[in-house]
Amino acid sequence: MDWLFKFPQIDPDSLLAVKRLTDGSLRALTRNYGDAIENFFYPLQQVLIFFEDVMTGAPWPLVILVLAVIAWFAAHRWSVVSAVAGTLIAIGLIGLWNDAMKTISLVFTATIFSIAIGIPLGILMNRYKRVGRVMQSVLDVMQTMPPFVYLIPVVMLLGIGRVPGFIAVVIYAIPPIIRLTDLGIRLVDKEVLEAADAYGCSRSQKLWKVQIPLAMPTIMAGINQTIMMALGMVVIASMIGVQGLGLNVLQAIANQYFTQGIFNGFAIVGIAIIFDRISQAYGDRLQKHRGATHD
Amino acid sequence: MTKSDTTIEIRDLYKIFGATPAKFVGAVKSGMSKAELGKDHGHILGLNNINISMPAGKIQVVMGLSGSGKSTLIRHINRLIEPTSGSIMIDGRNILEMPPLELRDFRRQHTAMVFQRFALLPHRTVIDNVTFGLEIRGVEKAKARESGMRWIERVGLQGFENRYPSELSGGMQQRVGLARALSNDASILLMDEAYSALDPLIRTDMQSMLLDLQAELKKTIVFITHDLDEALRLGDKIVILRDGSIIQQGNSQDILLNPADDYIQRFIKDVNRGRFLKVEAVMEALPATGLGSLPSVKSGTTLEVAAKELTASPHDSAIVADAAGKPLGLISLRQITAALSSAVEASAP
Ligand SMILES: Nc1ncnc2c1ncn2[C@@H]1O[C@H](COP(=O)(O)OP(=O)(O)OP(=O)(O)O)[C@@H](O)[C@H]1O
Ligand SMILES: [Mg+2]
Repeated sequence: MDWLFKFPQIDPDSLLAVKRLTDGSLRALTRNYGDAIENFFYPLQQVLIFFEDVMTGAPWPLVILVLAVIAWFAAHRWSVVSAVAGTLIAIGLIGLWNDAMKTISLVFTATIFSIAIGIPLGILMNRYKRVGRVMQSVLDVMQTMPPFVYLIPVVMLLGIGRVPGFIAVVIYAIPPIIRLTDLGIRLVDKEVLEAADAYGCSRSQKLWKVQIPLAMPTIMAGINQTIMMALGMVVIASMIGVQGLGLNVLQAIANQYFTQGIFNGFAIVGIAIIFDRISQAYGDRLQKHRGATHD
Repeated sequence: MTKSDTTIEIRDLYKIFGATPAKFVGAVKSGMSKAELGKDHGHILGLNNINISMPAGKIQVVMGLSGSGKSTLIRHINRLIEPTSGSIMIDGRNILEMPPLELRDFRRQHTAMVFQRFALLPHRTVIDNVTFGLEIRGVEKAKARESGMRWIERVGLQGFENRYPSELSGGMQQRVGLARALSNDASILLMDEAYSALDPLIRTDMQSMLLDLQAELKKTIVFITHDLDEALRLGDKIVILRDGSIIQQGNSQDILLNPADDYIQRFIKDVNRGRFLKVEAVMEALPATGLGSLPSVKSGTTLEVAAKELTASPHDSAIVADAAGKPLGLISLRQITAALSSAVEASAP
């Protein structure tokens, strides 16, 4: 009866062999192609450094002004503009300006990158049903896999620093934009699509003149979620060398500095509010003529 | 604008919905019914042996109850739906065999469509919706706008060109739909229950507008409806479908006076016959002599109007004359009453 209480697992030696083989080959890969991989990501690293330099190097009044102007163009509402400016000033007052700029620049670049990759992937997913099914499972795994697990190969291949942190953030944040692009295109009214066909649209005309514009509110919701996920990842990313507010939180945890944790936590919340208000308000404005809201 | 000389010749058209339509087309051709195909084989018979010659520059109405295959039929004309077998000849070309690029071009140049639920683009203003077809064809923006504005005015929407569809009522949205179709300057206009979503009064307005426009444009129009009044009012020719098959074809007089079967009989039972029947359809031959001082009515006059005129005059018959005044026949109050009272009596010789 012993076998009932002890699960008949695969022979430990074989398991060990599998583990050795996988880890070994990953290590070999790093050893042999480490430089190539690093070179490959070098331009990305330069871009990240550039944005960070711009954000931390610019005079603070200019940064506030630019973000306020962006808020105005996205929302056309003074309440949003003042919320954005107020939050930035509060962050500066508690001495977190520089770290906040680093975090904003990381989240911003990660979002841009996620959009640039995620929207085309969402379109592909929608157009080719088989690709879509495969991608669906990949996304499911990406969204449920604990981030620490995929940090391991990323760190093994790229070490510690901005680039691996950035990649981890993108992996974590990209699924919503892909899914919601696909969903948005799927939800486009069938009769409107029929009209596009009846008037002789080519595939790309249909995509750019009908499907994408009509899916835009849903895509905006995806962008909003992507931003929020990216922000949620900054603390974990700081474990592999990303600087900014996340790192402060990490130190606060390690040293039990409660106030430092709270301040940095609120600064992250503040940045979340800034991004959220701007992207929401822009999405709402897109919605305006679609009968969903009237003002 | 000149009269469209585009005819649409539909020949032996079959459409079967399902996984393997080709397997059943033979059986359907040799008489398998819609019910049998559905119950025993899980396929839906959409269209069954359709043959129609749609006249150039006229309004061809296709009528039938829900599910009779009207939308399926009209979507074959611009091939939004792929046929199972058959042909549709337009300007000497079989639409159903066109390669994709040619088909796209055909849709851009020769057809325009109006939809039941309007199918406007919500993110575009009225003018940008109206010029959509032109934009797709690559017409220069200024030129498209100019032509778009003309049609917006023509359908009575001037001043609304910069509004969004969601700001307009249903009737106005469908005017946008119509303007979008007309600005495409296509010879064929396809209208799938274009007015079914509108209130009765607006609907009558839109019908009048279509008739006015058609008097001038003379396009080849295919108009789908499930409403007999609408069919009789608009249709130069009417086709009645049931379960994917044609039950009867003809003009309004044929349908009212010689309904092919009980199905159509039930359809026409409640219609106001006086408003649609014309005097020449029920008149009798001219007697050799003795016309004397009888009043005359023009051919094309409805029975309703003729009855009113006769009741007001001292005579109880009148001469039916054509536009040039040439006598064609004789119509009496008794005949009018008989024709109005029931389809059965009227169809008797
Ligand atoms: N894509 C499809 N797949 C399967 N069956 C279909 C499809 N499209 C239509 N049908 C079937 O074909 C028949 C005719 O449908 P169609 O839409 O042409 O009717 P209709 O006369 O336009 O009706 P309505 O007045 O409701 O619009 C119906 O039995 C319908 O269920
Ligand atoms: Mg229909």
